Formats: sequence, C-alpha cells, structure tokens
Amino acid sequence: MRFRSIAIGRLLWWSPLLTLLVLVAAGCAENYPQTTLDPRGEFARMVDDVFMTTVRWAILVFVLVEGALVVAIIKFRGKPDDPEPKQIHGSSVLEVVWTVIPAVILVMVAIPTIKVIFETAKEPADAMVVEVIGHQWWWEFRYPEYGITTANEMYVPVDRTVDLRMVSDDVVHSFWVPQFAAKRDVFPNRETRMWFNTEVTGEFPGQCAEFCGIQHARMGFRVVSVEVAEFDSWVAGMSAATEPVSVEGDSVALAGQQLFLTKACIGCHSFNAAAPPPGQIGPNLANIGSRTMIAAGMLENTDENMARWISDPQGYKEGSLMVIAGEITEAELAALVAYLRAQQVVASPPVVADIQ
Amino acid sequence: MATSAVEHAAPDAPAAHSKTGVWSWITTVDHKRIGIMYGVSAFVFFMFGGLEALLLRIQLGSADNTFLSPDVYNQLFTMHGTTMIFLGVMPLSAMFFNFMIPLQIGARDVVFPRLNSFSFWMFLVGAIVLNVSFLFNAAPNAGWFGYANLTETQYSPGLNTDFWVIGLMALGVASLAAAVNFFVTIINMRAPGMRLLRMPMFVWMSFITQVLLLLAFPIITVALIFLMADRYFGANFFQPDANGDPMLWQHLFWIFGHPEVYILILPPFGIVSEILPVFSRKPLFGYAAMVFSGAFIAVLGFGVWSHHMFATGMGPIADASFGLLTLLIAIPTGVKIFNWIGTIWGGSLQMKTPMYFALGFIAMFIIGGLSGIMHAAVPADLQQTDTYFVVAHFHYVLFGGSIFALLAGAYYWMPKMFGFMLNERIGKIQFWLMFIGFNITFFPMHFLGLHGMPRRVYTYPEGLGFEFWNLIETAGSMLLGFSFLVFIWNIWLSKRAGVAAPADPWDGATLEWSIPSPPQEFNFAEIPTVHARDPLWEQKRSQGRPLPEPPRVSGEGIHLPNPSVKPLITALGIGVFFTGFLLGSPWPIPASLTINLPVVLIGFAMTAYGILSWAFEPA
Repeated sequence: MRFRSIAIGRLLWWSPLLTLLVLVAAGCAENYPQTTLDPRGEFARMVDDVFMTTVRWAILVFVLVEGALVVAIIKFRGKPDDPEPKQIHGSSVLEVVWTVIPAVILVMVAIPTIKVIFETAKEPADAMVVEVIGHQWWWEFRYPEYGITTANEMYVPVDRTVDLRMVSDDVVHSFWVPQFAAKRDVFPNRETRMWFNTEVTGEFPGQCAEFCGIQHARMGFRVVSVEVAEFDSWVAGMSAATEPVSVEGDSVALAGQQLFLTKACIGCHSFNAAAPPPGQIGPNLANIGSRTMIAAGMLENTDENMARWISDPQGYKEGSLMVIAGEITEAELAALVAYLRAQQVVASPPVVADIQ
Repeated sequence: MATSAVEHAAPDAPAAHSKTGVWSWITTVDHKRIGIMYGVSAFVFFMFGGLEALLLRIQLGSADNTFLSPDVYNQLFTMHGTTMIFLGVMPLSAMFFNFMIPLQIGARDVVFPRLNSFSFWMFLVGAIVLNVSFLFNAAPNAGWFGYANLTETQYSPGLNTDFWVIGLMALGVASLAAAVNFFVTIINMRAPGMRLLRMPMFVWMSFITQVLLLLAFPIITVALIFLMADRYFGANFFQPDANGDPMLWQHLFWIFGHPEVYILILPPFGIVSEILPVFSRKPLFGYAAMVFSGAFIAVLGFGVWSHHMFATGMGPIADASFGLLTLLIAIPTGVKIFNWIGTIWGGSLQMKTPMYFALGFIAMFIIGGLSGIMHAAVPADLQQTDTYFVVAHFHYVLFGGSIFALLAGAYYWMPKMFGFMLNERIGKIQFWLMFIGFNITFFPMHFLGLHGMPRRVYTYPEGLGFEFWNLIETAGSMLLGFSFLVFIWNIWLSKRAGVAAPADPWDGATLEWSIPSPPQEFNFAEIPTVHARDPLWEQKRSQGRPLPEPPRVSGEGIHLPNPSVKPLITALGIGVFFTGFLLGSPWPIPASLTINLPVVLIGFAMTAYGILSWAFEPA
C-alpha cells in the first residue's frame, strides 16, 4: 500500500513537467502576429534585449532555488520517530551571502534597464510625426506633414522613424504595436509620446492595452509598413482624396451612394482624408475599400464581414456609437457594401508578412 | 474588593456560557467566533470569486466566443478582482488574525472586542453592497482599479461604479477598524515575557500588515471620496475637461494599491513561517532577518507605486527611480525565500498536508517573484503591462503565494479551531489537484501575454494565435475549481468522521497548541509566561515531550466582555447611510440631488444611536 502511494506520488511529480513539455511544443507551433518576442523595429528590439537579460537571470535563479528546494524536500524527509534534528537558528555568513548575490544579479538587470530607459526616451531625429487620437473604440491617425486623416490603419514608410504624438478624445487608452514598440498610454488631457521604426514591410496588428470600457477588446488597428515609393503614392492618393471615389457606371454601388446619404452614415463618416469636415464623430472612411481590416482592426475586410458589420453594428460591437437608421433590406445592404468596398484610393496593401 | 469581583462576575456568567443559537453568534465579541465568521463568509465570497473566474475562462475558451456579453464579462472580471482581494484573501487573513493572534500572544481576547465585532459586520455590509449589485445587473464594470476618467458619470452612467465606490468605502471602514484593533492588541496584550523579538513570525507579519492597512486605506478612501464627489456632486477631481486629472486617480490608487499587495502576501508569509519550522522540527532560520525583511518590504512597498504606471510616460528619471526601487524589493523577498529553504534544510520533514501547501507556496512564489523582477525592468514592463503576462505574474504571487499559504494555514489550524482532524489523504489529493490545475491555468498566461494578448478583453479575434493556450487554461481552471470542492468534501467528511484533535497535534512551537482544541472561550485558564521564542518547544524541552493534554477547566471568575448587539447596529446604520447613496432621490427637486436624503438620515441616526449606546453599554 505504502509502496503504491509512493509510486503514484513520483508519477504525480513528473506529470506536470511532461504535460508542460507536450503543451509547449504544441503552443510553439502557433503563429503569433502580435507577439512581443519577434521585434521588427529598434524600439522593440532594445526592449526585447532587456527582457531576454531578465529571462536568462530568471532561469538561472529558478533552476538553482527550485533545485535547492526540491533537494531539501527529498533529502530531509523524516519519519515521526526520527531524533530531533540539529536546532540551527541561522547563519550570519549565509544570510549575508544570499543578500549580496541577489543584489549583484539585480545590478546586472538594472544596468541595461537604465540604459534602455534613457535610450528610448530620446527625442527621435528626422522623424515623421503621426498624431494618434484614441476614441472609444477606434484609432484616428493624422499626418500633419501631409494633411492626411485616416483611421485604424497607420501607413508608415519602412526604415523611417515615426514620432507619435498621442491624445485621447475620451478616456485613457494605450497604444501598443508589439513588434515595433511597447505601450504608451493615451490621455485625454495631455500629450504622450513614443517613437518607433519598422525594419520590414508588411502589415502588423496592434491593439488598445488600457481598459477603456465595454469594447476595449475590439479596439485594434494595423500598422502597414511599405516601401518609400509605395508610401509616397499612398500620401499622394490620400492628399487628393477630398471626395468619395466615383462609382459611376456601377448601378449597385450608385444605389449604395444614395443610401449612405439617407441612412445617416454621412452624419458621422466622411471620405475626405485631406480636409475632413469638423465635428464628425466616426472614423474617416477614405480608402476603406482598400483596408485589410474593418471595425477597428477586428474583422477582415470582405463583402460578408462588411455586410455583417454595417447591418448590425451593435451585434458585433455592443455599445459602439454606430447605428443604422431604420430597417435595411438585403438589397440595400448589398448596395452599401458595394459602395464602401469601391472606396479604394490606393491599391490594397500587401498581405500580412510571414513573420514566423 | 472581593465582593465587587463576584458581583461583576455574576451577570457575566450566563451570557458567557450561553454558547449556542444564532443570537449568540450575532452578539458575540469572542475573537474566535468572529474569526470563524470571517472565515466562513470569506470562503463563501472566495467561491463566488472563483465561480466568476470560471465563467470568464469559459468565455475565453475560444476566439470570438459569445458565451458572455461584453458588459457581463466586464462586470465579472471587475468583481472577480475586487472579490478575491477584498472579500477573499483579506478576510481569510483576517480570520487567522482574529483566531490566532490572541492565542499566539497568550491573550484572552483582542484589546477592543466590540470594535472587532463591528469590523466583521462592517465587512459583511460592504461585501453585500458589492454583490447585491448583481441583482440589478449593475455590478461594477470598470475594473478593480477603477481608472478615472472612465469611472466618471459621463462614461459610466449606471449604478455599477456607485456600488463599487460605496462597497469599497464600507470595506475600508472595516479594515481600518480591524487594523487599529490588532495593532493595539499586538502592542499591549502580549503575555508576560513575550518581547517583540520573541513574537511568532505570523504575529510579526500580521503586525506589519496592520501598519500597512493603517497607512494605505486612508489613501484609497480619499481617492474614493474624490470620485464620489465627482459622480454625485459634480466635482472635477478627475475631469480632464475641467482641468481635473485622471493621472491623479492612478497615483492615489496605486499608493494604496501597491501596499495592498503586501497586505495580501505578508500574512501568508507569516503562516508559512509558522508551518515550515514545525514540520521540519527545527526553528525558523534567521528569525531577525525574517522580521526585518518583512518590515523592509513594507517600507519599500510605499515607494514603488508608480511601477504600475510605467506606460503612462512619466519620463526617464521617474521610470528609472521606480524601477530601481522595485528591483530592491527582490532582496528582502529573496532573503525570505532563502531563509525558508534554510529552515527545512537539515530538518526532519514531516510531510503532512499543511507542509505540502507550504512547500507548494515556496515553489510557486519563486516563479511569481521572478516574473516580478521582469516587470521591474522598465522597458520589458512596457511590453508586459496590461497583458496576460501580468495576469500570470500576480496569480503566481496571490494564488500560488497567498492562497496556497492560506490553505496551508487552514490545514494547520483548523484542528485547533474546530477540534477535529482533517483527512490527510484527501488533503494531499487536493494539494496535487490544485497544484496541477493552478499551473495549467496560469503558466500559459506567460506565453499569451508575451505573444500579445492584452488583459481585460472579453474576447479575442481569430488569427492572433491565442486559441490554443486559452483552451488549455480553461481546462486547467476547471481542475483548479474542482480542487476546492475536494477541500469542502474533506471538511465535511472529516467533521463526520470526528477524529478529535488533541491540543497539540503537530508538536507545535507556539502558545495556541498549549490549550485544548477547540480553545475554551477564555483561551488560557492562566496567562502563560514566555521565556523564549517558540515558547511551547521551550516548555517541552524542559518538561519532556509530549506534554500532558491540558484539562478543560470551568473558567470560573475569569472576566470576559459581555456580548453586544451595538456593533451590528452601528454597522447596519452605516450600511443604511450608504444605501441612501444608491437609491436615488425621492424628490424631483433639486434635480442635481442624486441621493436619497431620508434614507441617508435614517442611516446616520442609526449609526449615531449605535455608537452612543455602545459607548454607554457596560463592557
């Protein structure tokens, strides 16, 4: 009986470890486009270096201390009738040693920490300013150099430093695009700043990281990093986008254009990226047809998803300000989708980069 | 002189010995009964909090899940955090403060027994206010940290945040009253000879915790009053449009919030420091270092609040300072861990259930401590903050740490509290279920956080790779939840089996093991005199092991405080007063009045009556 319970005990000791190994292997096979562990910009890389320093020390300490604990548990297991062990009350030498060694390790962690704190706080030189405005629950991006306003999709030229000037329109949000930069909170009453650059082209997800109300979970965005020439053509297209893209000759989309006016969409949304009318509370829709994602970086931009989103915004994103005025028929929905999907100022961005 | 003592004792006698019935519990001022009431109610709320967590886990089990609506999810995660902190871990510690501090210092009760009863009822009032919100589908939904300006009426118009503000205020009153009580009790009520550096480590850590409570709770109270003023009376403390500042809330909240973390972990440190020596049959290694490291952690705890706010962009100087101070905390914490290992090293380990949980505590707390160091590396924290990595970190500290230690304490002290032994085999089964379930639930959260999953999200889209680990975690959480059913089953079964607990089942070192299990109402027939640390071991060494079973005595002539219903009336009065803030104005004019003045006034009158009649009631 006693033998059996020991055998089961041994098995129980090892089973978490074995399970863990199998699970980690399975978990590593996943693709993580929003990961912090695969930096693609200088800011994120510096941060990752600090993190990896702490990981190395942590693994060392973990192995030594948990090891000592396990050894002690196995080695000093006693029986009730064993003689009383030697009564030791402490050891000044040991206690000094295990105060000093951690202190030394902490210095090793502190040095890169302090270095990177100050390096990331430096004013970026020769940077492109992008103004970030947080809204419940979407992101507005403005390019003051080019007079462009857009939403939920930040175009940036590869290898160029981007200087973010951030403020919130309502509550506290946090801007986070893990592969390029870390987090910076976005406040309603003061400007916060962060910079990043991209070392590769591609489309990278980011997301609000400060709880900001009912739809905090669905406040995403994309950073689209493109070659300089492509960025220039995006700028050219967007700066010229003062009117919706014409849908002449497409009767379905034309009907959609009418509906856009009558279903109250126009009250909150504009297609004017260059000089958006003031006071519009919805995201700017210029180039919406070319964006890869809709509903603040959350739904892939397909006909089906667009229909799903605009026919029942409260169903997908309860609490958002978007509503549809009155009933909407299947035909009307198809017309609106056709119209919105036709709003392509520039060609679609590249597909999400293979980052594995 | 003699006659007056007899006269005094006579009216006490019937009250002191009428030990059954609901009324005797309602009016009790016995620290042991109050401790049990804390324990039972805290465990019930702890199970609520666990149930909330399981619902959250089901929702997160798959991408774009619709099991819970966004608002219900937000209510549940807010209440899960608030419940576990204020209604779970804190009052579970309070159970041990109540039951064990007087016994360990050789006292007959706490110094203010009626205030002690008031603390408990006030706690229950606050807990009920918080939870009754579910009945109105208006449970708090802005997070346990309630960041302004999301909590302003403009963005949180419902009663949700009002329930939160008022519930926390009530709980704050309870915590402060209890902290005053235990602070003075530990200072003044120690048995002769129990010098400060002879106190059991649990008493020491509890003492430091009371200091933290006394200093930290006024800060959150101020913050809550500011927020209440904003919400009820149109003040502008956190209104950015009127030059108020949401950052102010964050500072106030975390100047409270970080010491609060140590309020949650220091008593468990104390519990483990009691259990390890007893089951190693060897004194605590480095007693003085353990005391001073605890105190050092508490002092530093007030200087690191901004490490919760690195992402707010405070600038490199502030970031560096708070980062370094935070790293510094690792040193006294490390000292504690090494001293615990030093305690078991060379011992003769008796692998009883309390020891399993205490060792599990060390193993898990190390992991939480190491991820804590990663947060102190400020740039790394800028990636980790507000992700599941942080969720993993603080569950390793507060579940792997606090809850494991509290269960160790439960298995260790319940024989003393209730007079029966718990089943060892089921206890160990529970340990392994909990240990495995805990790690399956929380370890993968490290991976999810590092791979970009933010906290406090009711769902996540497909394509970010979050599905796999979330599903594993959900499965693990069910196992973890199940382990607590095993705990309840163990208590039920053990109670039925009724294996009587001797006075000293574990060869204990401290005074609570020198008296019968469960203790008699007056605790000690004779107040003991203490000659050394580990006083009971000292006594056994001089008189030989084991000591004879202490007799149950009549306790004739021992003066005990009278039971009183006044603390309950006072607590209820405060509860009614606060309820007035939740009912809305009965009159249309003035429109800006959002409180129910009659109810507020009735509550005020009840409170005043409670306090006055309490003051003039013979003790």
